[in-house]
Amino acid sequence: MSCNCTASDLSLMNDVLEKYKAIPGSLITVLQNAQVLYGFLPQDVIRHISTQMSIPPAKVFGVATFYTQFRFAPVGKYLILLCQGTACHVNNSQKIEQAINEELGIFDGETTEDGLFTLKNVACLGCCSLSPVMMINEDTYGTLTPEKTKKILKELREVQA
Amino acid sequence: MKIAVGQGSCGTAAGAGKVYNLLEKTINENSLNAELTITGCIGMCFLEPIVDIYADDGSLKRLVKITEKDIPAIADYIQTGDPEKIAKLEVSAADNEFLTKQTRIALRHCGIINPEKIEDYLADKGYLALKKVLAMTPEQVIEEMKLSGLGGRGGAGFPTWFKWNAARQSAGDVKYLICNADEGDPGAFMDRAVIESDPHSVIEGMLIGAYAIGAQSAIIYVRAEYPLAITRLKKAIEQAEKAGYLGKNILGTGFSCDFRIKAGAGAFVCGEETALIESLEGNRGMPRLKPPFPAQSGFWQKPSNINNVETFANVPWIILNGGPAFAAMGTEDSKGTKVFALTGKIKRGGLVEIPMGKTLRDVIYDIGGGIRDNKEFKGVQMGGPSGGCIPAELIDTVIDYKKLNATGAIMGSGGMVVMDENTCMVSMAKFFLDFTAKESCGKCIHCRIGTKRLLEILERICTGKGRQGDIELLEDLCNEIKNGSLCGLGQTAPNPVLSTIRYFRSEYEAHINEHRCPACDCTELLTFEIDSEKCTGCTLCKKKCPVDAITGEVKKPHLIDFEKCIKCGKCRQVCRFDAVKVF
Repeated sequence: MSCNCTASDLSLMNDVLEKYKAIPGSLITVLQNAQVLYGFLPQDVIRHISTQMSIPPAKVFGVATFYTQFRFAPVGKYLILLCQGTACHVNNSQKIEQAINEELGIFDGETTEDGLFTLKNVACLGCCSLSPVMMINEDTYGTLTPEKTKKILKELREVQA
Repeated sequence: MKIAVGQGSCGTAAGAGKVYNLLEKTINENSLNAELTITGCIGMCFLEPIVDIYADDGSLKRLVKITEKDIPAIADYIQTGDPEKIAKLEVSAADNEFLTKQTRIALRHCGIINPEKIEDYLADKGYLALKKVLAMTPEQVIEEMKLSGLGGRGGAGFPTWFKWNAARQSAGDVKYLICNADEGDPGAFMDRAVIESDPHSVIEGMLIGAYAIGAQSAIIYVRAEYPLAITRLKKAIEQAEKAGYLGKNILGTGFSCDFRIKAGAGAFVCGEETALIESLEGNRGMPRLKPPFPAQSGFWQKPSNINNVETFANVPWIILNGGPAFAAMGTEDSKGTKVFALTGKIKRGGLVEIPMGKTLRDVIYDIGGGIRDNKEFKGVQMGGPSGGCIPAELIDTVIDYKKLNATGAIMGSGGMVVMDENTCMVSMAKFFLDFTAKESCGKCIHCRIGTKRLLEILERICTGKGRQGDIELLEDLCNEIKNGSLCGLGQTAPNPVLSTIRYFRSEYEAHINEHRCPACDCTELLTFEIDSEKCTGCTLCKKKCPVDAITGEVKKPHLIDFEKCIKCGKCRQVCRFDAVKVF
């Protein structure tokens, strides 16, 4: 795991830790709250949680790395969740992944150099009848084709320019 | 007049939110006489966004595939009451059969009530089953469940009454009731739809279960990927507590049960009950050795009972209508109804609830309308990554736990992904193994490394590098993994491979022996060629080819250089004359 050396504002965690510190079994809930606050799990925050909850850092890292929800690096402004569920797979989601790669040059888990887009493959978004589907932040885009996907990404990029 | 906009996740993704907002604005600005509300998932996902208009006499007009441009017509209808205004938007009789051919028990309120209003639930016999149960003894409740024959709808079909009884019999004052809403099977969304559309029936079912086993605490473990479901559950719990249906001294009977929601963090293995308990305790979700079973020693080593969302949603109905009414539906081995998420290459995809005993043909053709684009039906994957593929020749298989198991597939939680002639079965098996290899928790060596090796072999077969003996190697490894894994994930992970080898062995052989993909799906095994009869020489493919493998002059047939071609498929995608052939 690479070190993200910028110091995080640990005081943001005060309320969450106050609420859950004494409740056994609440580590995952605390980590979920931390991710909402920081956008990802910075290393110093993980250590802070470990000290405050008296849980060894190895266990906190162990739990955090086990679950796919947790991230250890910041994500781009637009987080693309590309559905790779069975229905999307059957309806050619690989072609959509290829189109995103051609347009942005990123693969699963990567962020564009300008920090604008992050691509994450997910198991199922549950909109199977609209497959293939992707979500960009809060918006869902269905019945995608490679051309449609590229157009959506281009438009988002133009909004920024 | 009441207007309800279907706002499940599917509807929202299709644009129901925008439709609702615009309708609201239109109604307010023009002071139209209509009450606007939301409803959950109607189940006709292929027709979303859906707007239901209820006349004052209760009759329904269902408008489908509504976009913002249809709002003026709806406004006209509200004002004039002239059905002609919206005639074009109404659901067709054929599409409506998707619903009329179903028998809805678990989904009885879905798409009908407003999931965010307890009043709507109460108006349709809501919490009456709880009231009835509180006047019964726990043993009587368990007996009623026994009569119903309800089996666990998470996939295994284990009798619910038996689990409840085991937890009831376990010694100890502190017991837990847990609802498994960690629906991780890619291609299944039944549980999400039930929670989003009818959260109170799940809560009521859980309360009945808690009363039966003697639990004072109930926990719902929901996938974090289901934010809307979590929001609606939270609201429902607050409303139920306020109304005195949960919390301390429920309805003055002395029975108390507190509720909480735990959001999962994304791990398929947490659908396994002991892994789920580990996750609830804040650990890595790795399964425990059984026995002891959760009924003896579960959450914090206390007796715990875990059932799935759909199981709980059935419970209030069973209590109100009696166990025998539920058992009257279905087959000898499998009682009641089952909900399926019908997706893939199907004309009408969505949520389907049917009595056990119907055939796959009933679901795929009668309800689902058959295969999209009139292609040929090839098979259906049941039970997701833990299940298997049922081929076209077995389409008359009866839906029943035992009969489905006999085919090598499973009932599973209800994912039903339909495949057509263009789906490569080897590639399908590879897809599922890619999933299980990533989701293996790593505890058992056979599962952790075995699934990875299975995936590698399947990958080489799909890229034309398969070796003689690979099929036998796959079969051998599959059996080892089944025998050497502790939990259901490992024990069932080889199913997609075994069932595709069983029914589509010739496809595996074609990949290995002839380096050919019969479904023309595995791109690396394809040969691209331009049909000189159809090619008009528009030069589009030549321009788009990333490796300059296409040559030809304007208005003359083009040619692909096989040596240079990287089989990316671009030319085929862009050709407007269907001139690029693959074989």
